[in-house]
Amino acid sequence: MFRFDSVTFLDILRVPSLMIGGGRVTSLLGASGSGKTTILRMLNKMVSPTAGEILYHDRPLREIDSVLHRREVCMLSQTPVMFEGNVRDNLLAGLLFRKAPLPEDTVLSETLDRVHLNKPLSEPVDKLSGGEKQRLALGRVLLLDAPVYLLDEPSSSLDENTAVAVIEMIASCVREKGKTLVLVTHSAAVAEKYSDDIVEIRNKVAERRSV
Amino acid sequence: MNGIRELTIVQVALAYVFVLVVLAIVRARGIRREKEILLASIRMTLQLVLVGYLLVYIFENPHPLITVGIILLMEAFAVFTVFRKFKGKLSGGLKRVIALAICSGTILCLLYFLLVVVRIAPWYDPQYFIPIAGMLVGNSMTGISLGVKSLLEGMTVRKASVEEALILGAEPREAVREIINSTFDAAIMPTINSMLGMGIVFLPGMMTGQILSGTLPTTAIAYQIAIMFGIFGSVSLCVILLLQLGYRTFFNKEHQLR
Ligand SMILES: Nc1ncnc2c1ncn2[C@@H]1O[C@H](COP(=O)(O)OP(=O)(O)O)[C@@H](O)[C@H]1O
Ligand SMILES: [Mg+2]
Repeated sequence: MFRFDSVTFLDILRVPSLMIGGGRVTSLLGASGSGKTTILRMLNKMVSPTAGEILYHDRPLREIDSVLHRREVCMLSQTPVMFEGNVRDNLLAGLLFRKAPLPEDTVLSETLDRVHLNKPLSEPVDKLSGGEKQRLALGRVLLLDAPVYLLDEPSSSLDENTAVAVIEMIASCVREKGKTLVLVTHSAAVAEKYSDDIVEIRNKVAERRSV
Repeated sequence: MNGIRELTIVQVALAYVFVLVVLAIVRARGIRREKEILLASIRMTLQLVLVGYLLVYIFENPHPLITVGIILLMEAFAVFTVFRKFKGKLSGGLKRVIALAICSGTILCLLYFLLVVVRIAPWYDPQYFIPIAGMLVGNSMTGISLGVKSLLEGMTVRKASVEEALILGAEPREAVREIINSTFDAAIMPTINSMLGMGIVFLPGMMTGQILSGTLPTTAIAYQIAIMFGIFGSVSLCVILLLQLGYRTFFNKEHQLR
């Protein structure tokens, strides 16, 4: 699905050769500051490699329209960013940007249940804690029902039990619908338990390692 | 209606009493601003005297090239004033947009105002062209300055939410929609407020000047109303051009933030 061909990003990261398979779960491991977020941002065209090429379905990313690409390859940022308004406004934000039809409130509430966020839709977002914002941001991207998901440490500010439940939910959702997932995590245990493939960044080089 | 009372040099000199009184007070209180006050007073006097003689010459020898030249000078002055104000903060692309917005916005409104509304003849009549151009360019420059300030601030303060919108698949224009709207407000509000207060809170300078020189107040008011709309149109057009073209300079062609 994705293929890296001698990719470099500044002097931060090198990805000599790497395939990320469609319909699979790939975990991305590496120390903090090693370039995991940078890889995700390259995958959804928020940044472009300084050298080399990334192909998506055998087409160079630079030939693909960035906005359309981001709608298909949907990324969850590491730090959740909320827009002004309440929980409902934020759940709908992605759909509004796509000018997609908006779902009923019951669908929105179901989404909140899936991400284990027990808040009314009318709750102002500035009252939410960091972990609650993270789950709301996750709900927001799940609602987009994209074929490819790039999730950047989606459970980093959750307590252990919630983190496990959320990761389980993501994994089963992705597998049920045959979606592709690239998951950044700092936990080797999570990577080993849920993924088909693992990519690890060491000494500024990203490479496949055995699961 | 009488024409204006001429002021003799002695009378003008008497007005300097204001400056002397303030200087005396400032000195007595030990506020160290004498130099600035004196410099500003003298510069103002010299600049206006020079401009006065220049205008007399131009009015007596009207020529299309002179009129056009003066407008271009005003535009250049306005553009560089904005550049200087935001020194080091403007990208090359944004500078080009600012220059284009000021020049095309003001010139379009100026030509419409003079040729369609006032219908001056000949078209380059400096007596109308120069003061009206001064008002349009001056006000538009202020509007653009406010707009640039608010745009730069918005793109800095709200950078994270612009990024997040892009990540969620927004077109750049959607990602910056709120910044654009609040910038338009910030740039245009002073003009709207001055329309609201006009005639009640203050009498505008142009109207006061015309009345002093013997124009019927009703005529002066008709001009003031027309020029106010001219200014409003020019400021708005400049700011709209700035925003519609300016936000793009913050993105590259891959729709990434620069
Ligand atoms: N656009 C950029 N320009 C320069 N440096 C960057 C840029 N993006 C990220 N970096 C740097 O690259 C390094 C890796 O960042 P990141 O990908 O966020 O790591 P991780 O997600 O693994 O913690 C960091 O040192 C970061 O400061
Ligand atoms: Mg990171």
